Amino acid sequence: MSSTIDNRDKSTRSTRRRFLQGSSAVAGGFVLGAGASAAAETENLPPNVPDWMKAPGEPMGSQPYGAPSPFEKGVVKNISKNLKQYISASGRTPLQELDGIITPNGLFYERHHGGVPTIDPAQHRLMLHGLVERPLIFTMDDLRRFPSESRIHFLECSGNPGYAKPYGKTASDLVGLLSCAEWTGVSLKLVLQEAGLKPEAKWIIAEGADAAALTRSIPIEKCLEDAMLVYSQNGERLRPQQGYPLRLLLPGFEGNMNVKWLRRLHVTAEPAYSREETSKYTDLLPDGTAREFSFYMEAKSIITRPSGGQHLGAPGFHEITGIAWSGHGKIKRVEVSVDDGRSWQAAHLQEPVLTRALTRFRLPWQWDGKPAVIQSRAIDETEYVQPTLAELLAVRGENYFYHNNAIWPWRIAADGEVTNALA
Amino acid sequence: MRWRNICGSVLAFLLCASANTARAQSPYGIGRPATAAEIAGWNIDVGHDGSNLPKGSGSVSHGREVFAQQCASCHGDNGEGGLGDRLVGGQGTIGTAKPIRTVGSYWPYAPTLFDYIRRAMPQNAPQSLSDEDVYAVSAYVLNLNGLVGADATLDAKSLAAIKMPNRDKFVGDARPDVKK
Repeated sequence: MSSTIDNRDKSTRSTRRRFLQGSSAVAGGFVLGAGASAAAETENLPPNVPDWMKAPGEPMGSQPYGAPSPFEKGVVKNISKNLKQYISASGRTPLQELDGIITPNGLFYERHHGGVPTIDPAQHRLMLHGLVERPLIFTMDDLRRFPSESRIHFLECSGNPGYAKPYGKTASDLVGLLSCAEWTGVSLKLVLQEAGLKPEAKWIIAEGADAAALTRSIPIEKCLEDAMLVYSQNGERLRPQQGYPLRLLLPGFEGNMNVKWLRRLHVTAEPAYSREETSKYTDLLPDGTAREFSFYMEAKSIITRPSGGQHLGAPGFHEITGIAWSGHGKIKRVEVSVDDGRSWQAAHLQEPVLTRALTRFRLPWQWDGKPAVIQSRAIDETEYVQPTLAELLAVRGENYFYHNNAIWPWRIAADGEVTNALA
Repeated sequence: MRWRNICGSVLAFLLCASANTARAQSPYGIGRPATAAEIAGWNIDVGHDGSNLPKGSGSVSHGREVFAQQCASCHGDNGEGGLGDRLVGGQGTIGTAKPIRTVGSYWPYAPTLFDYIRRAMPQNAPQSLSDEDVYAVSAYVLNLNGLVGADATLDAKSLAAIKMPNRDKFVGDARPDVKK
């Protein structure tokens, strides 16, 4: 079915449109390639034997680490070419190009505030001090001696996306500051027990070993609930962009708090009110008050196929698929509308449905070839229902900036073009 | 009655015993003690009340010089912003359709300014400024925002005593605030 949804560049699409318009004999979604590449492809198509079967392929060892197929070279992080600066910036996951629920490490979204440090793990230390019985220092070898665990959780930047226009064209433009991985490390609770928390311990200030020495304050309850000190991601050691050799993981909490390159945990009675939790990552309401310490990412979903920038090649069967997630636990239900929100159908949730992880949903669909607006809404196990953008704006206004978990509709035109219905 | 006393005593004994165990011994024996000197070298956290601010002080006039050399290329000569955030102005705009969030208009605590400058600025050479220079730059930025006079010199006590204009405007997280 993938041949009916293309993601080609504009020139290819306009060529195809001209071709379709000029040839009433062409039926359905059958589309010929254009120009020289069509001739080259034909030689590899039935009944001919393709070139790659007529000579041996690359020998073992030609790629000691491995890389995607050269034909997938367009599947890369979505990094704006118009950033004010690149030391403190973000790059997005190409959500609409991915299947399943796991984000490949090379495509995991990035956000750093002082560049990506190169840290020798042999010289990295984690210091744990403050309101503890025994202040401690751990090497990476020390941390790997603790009982380990692996869990699948999403991570999302809280400003994903903002509340004010312009809105992005693609799913990645809109909510690409979102990824999901299997994380391996040690429960933070175990490490805190090693030091012994004093009764006055209420917060932990986590600090990164980057050039921003980024700090965030985390309630002790979260540290004892499901927080992890992570050293591996999807089976391999963390990438430098994700905090090598050690990061904090706070499942369901805004990305910025999941401090990378973690070097210090300061147990305190009060939060730090650091720059990141006062001037940033606070939510400004229309009346001039601002919400502070707003940590949870609420339930959210997005259709990734078909989605903005893609093209339905022909009417007929299409699978609608996307991802849903909630910082408050498991996704209970995802509903999809194909008639601009007038009616909703339950989508199929693909197993596994995990707490604070991406959940893949699917809905079979017969497109009649007429203009349509499709959208999804997530319901989590707390019965919270993903709201519309209008509902969010009515309460929060356009200055809020963080935690926009709005339903995002896609418009499908009669020619199959898919665009952002709210842009 | 007697039974209840015995139960109470046993319970109290068990609670004490478990608390003592938690204090006395680490479950895995992994890691080594951090010394006071090691902690002092790494713990640069400054509390919002000014706790853990270092000794020393800095004047607005010295801060003007340091700012011109270290900060102005990103934040503008007068803190008006550029590659880096705007630092000055915006007071009275926070509750409008076009809020301008700066140190003077938005930040709730002045010691946070010292903390952030010391740990992260200047962006190309963080942790390169002396504590005196950080006090001075903090004083200059606060002066540009009209929060201290041009002749001010700030130290731990006077920095912590500044009441930032927006301090009382922060509230707790009221979500879920939009729910069907």
